[in-house]
Amino acid sequence: MTLSIITALGMVGCLGVFFAILLAIASKVFSVPKDTRVGEVEAVLPNVNCGACGAPGCAGFAEGVVHGKYPANACVPGGAEVAKAVAQILGSEVIDKEPRVAVVRCAGDKDKALQRAVYSGVRQCKAATLIQNGAKGCVYGCLGFGDCVEACPFDAMVMLENGLPHVFEDKCTGCGMCVKACPRGIMELMPRSQKVFVACVSKDFGKAVKSVCSVGCIGCSLCANPKTTANGAITMDGKIPVVHYDLVKDPWADLEKAVRTCPSKSFGVRGPVPEPAAAAPVPEETAA
Amino acid sequence: MPGKHFRGGVHPREEKKGTSHKPIEEAPLPKQVVIPLLQHIGAPGECLVQKGDSVRTGQPLSKPVKFVSVPVHASITGKVTAVEPRPHPLGASLLSVVIEGDGTEDRIETLKTSDDWQLLSVEEIRDRIRDAGIAGLGGASFPTHVKISPPPEKPIRVLILNGAECEPYLTADHRLMLEKADGILTGLRILMKVLNVRRAVIGIEKNKPDAISLMRSKTEKDRTIGVAPLHVKYPQGGEKQLIKAVTGLTVPSGGLPMDVGCLVQNVGTAFSIYEAVCFRKPLFERIVTVTGPGVVESKNLRVRIGTLFSDLIAFCGGYSDETVKVINGGPMMGIAQHTDGVPVLKGTSGILVLDEKSGRMKPESPCISCARCVDGCPMNLMPNRIAGLVEYGRWKDAVGIGLTDCIECGSCAYICPAKRNLVHYIKLGKALNTESMAADGGKK
Repeated sequence: MTLSIITALGMVGCLGVFFAILLAIASKVFSVPKDTRVGEVEAVLPNVNCGACGAPGCAGFAEGVVHGKYPANACVPGGAEVAKAVAQILGSEVIDKEPRVAVVRCAGDKDKALQRAVYSGVRQCKAATLIQNGAKGCVYGCLGFGDCVEACPFDAMVMLENGLPHVFEDKCTGCGMCVKACPRGIMELMPRSQKVFVACVSKDFGKAVKSVCSVGCIGCSLCANPKTTANGAITMDGKIPVVHYDLVKDPWADLEKAVRTCPSKSFGVRGPVPEPAAAAPVPEETAA
Repeated sequence: MPGKHFRGGVHPREEKKGTSHKPIEEAPLPKQVVIPLLQHIGAPGECLVQKGDSVRTGQPLSKPVKFVSVPVHASITGKVTAVEPRPHPLGASLLSVVIEGDGTEDRIETLKTSDDWQLLSVEEIRDRIRDAGIAGLGGASFPTHVKISPPPEKPIRVLILNGAECEPYLTADHRLMLEKADGILTGLRILMKVLNVRRAVIGIEKNKPDAISLMRSKTEKDRTIGVAPLHVKYPQGGEKQLIKAVTGLTVPSGGLPMDVGCLVQNVGTAFSIYEAVCFRKPLFERIVTVTGPGVVESKNLRVRIGTLFSDLIAFCGGYSDETVKVINGGPMMGIAQHTDGVPVLKGTSGILVLDEKSGRMKPESPCISCARCVDGCPMNLMPNRIAGLVEYGRWKDAVGIGLTDCIECGSCAYICPAKRNLVHYIKLGKALNTESMAADGGKK
């Protein structure tokens, strides 16, 4: 009885020692050199797995950035700090990236834009575009079911009562997931240092816009006129004006006249409108 | 004894009594028509006219640029007042030719007497069908000349003529079968010649006994053409369901009817083929049922393609007091319109106008897992699972359980006690799948 216990213990013990030696040899012979920097990079990342860099999660990005697949500053939510830390680990130059923020390029809320039908289908923007191109009169405007809000990994967006999404700029990291989610291309990233953006993406002109939305851009091109905006900071791209932010020196003063001249009030202004501001009713932080 | 049928399906109220006994009426010549260049599946043709041009009835307005494409024709005589995007019944705005009629009727020369089609070669017949702009009149509008050009390795053994008309309310095909039976049968014989088939079956639901007996008496002496009375069940007129009911064959997943040696044509298409081949008459008019509780007087009308819904509804006495919804097609598969300023297309078999009571949508509620949609699905799918996966963004998993096999017949959504928008979820899943496949294709 005692003998059989000892035999069993001995056998198992011997097997254990044998496999331990085998594993020790195998780990040396078949060892894969792992870049220690991957772990270091992963440690400095925000670890929110937003996917804004293009990699599937932060671990994927760490792996990729070490192998030169992504630039050191590709982590948008991390911003300048993370970019600097990653560059330090990799021993590369830090290229500063202008921080950006998401803006809603549609101002046609429930009161200002026409609903042409009663929609009772699936409450997702993408689904609404499949049925007669949505129930909103403007086929370019915000559908208001919040695909962008759903996509935001930072809880930086909310759907307002008026049927338009709102961006909490303090939480927004400029990752651009909302831009990808919007089936109508209304969400856009703009430089954080800038103030003014075009809050309409409609490709229709004049009457066609006015009949469905009171704040839609009619394509009059007054804002692009050199008398309104100097040094070509606004040009017309087809029907919609485009603000060239690299040509704007003072985010407000350069563009103030364009904002005030616009007959359809289609410009959006981030933050409070500086004095004299009595005329333009702009709610805080969001599109006019 | 019930007629031939398939597994699954639902039994919506038929609602055909309002129009099934009414002869086809000629709708008044419209003052204005809007003719979209794209009325079929495939590529739109190249526009041949400009603003200001005078056109005659039957004159081609576009020229097909690809094989899967057909021309469209002017349906009235008058002046082209615009070539611009106009609302299209299938959503969005598409490039359309707007013609203002001058009230006269000046048709292009069509043959007065029936050309002896027996003497024409198969190629000539196909060319005539294509030049006449014929695309399936049943609703899907697939170009007919493409459908009747199967590859040689897949010979057609049975030609099935679809006279099921399973959509509630609609009676356009029913009336056509009663009034133009000879034309339909000639069209069928032309198709049999083109496809070199020796067996044809006309499938008609048993709720149209007059059409069944008429077709039977007309084909008594012809042993190659049979009439199959079908069980009254939706979607009996679905291509794959009709094949299953008539021949017992199952079209494989992702396959076409030609894979089992079958080909299905609508009775309306057969009649247009008859007119195109024997009289060289292009497809510029069709039969449309204007019906529903929201319109004063329901009618079966012969309508010029491009006539606006509003004109036809006005001709039928206008809207009743409680109209809430206008649908292009039938209640099961038709699409609700946001405006009545959309035109009749080649595939418009009906205009359904619903009132408050019949058109009201009940609010959606969560799935109760009763599986009635699984019982009702004629494609043997699980709509509850598929829709659930799509709802939470897992459409890739939904593809694995047959998302793309769905024919969007609406049986599941009709029967769902929780009023889930099942078909809408499936449409969404299909759209996302197509998008992702296009993106993947772009990368490669």
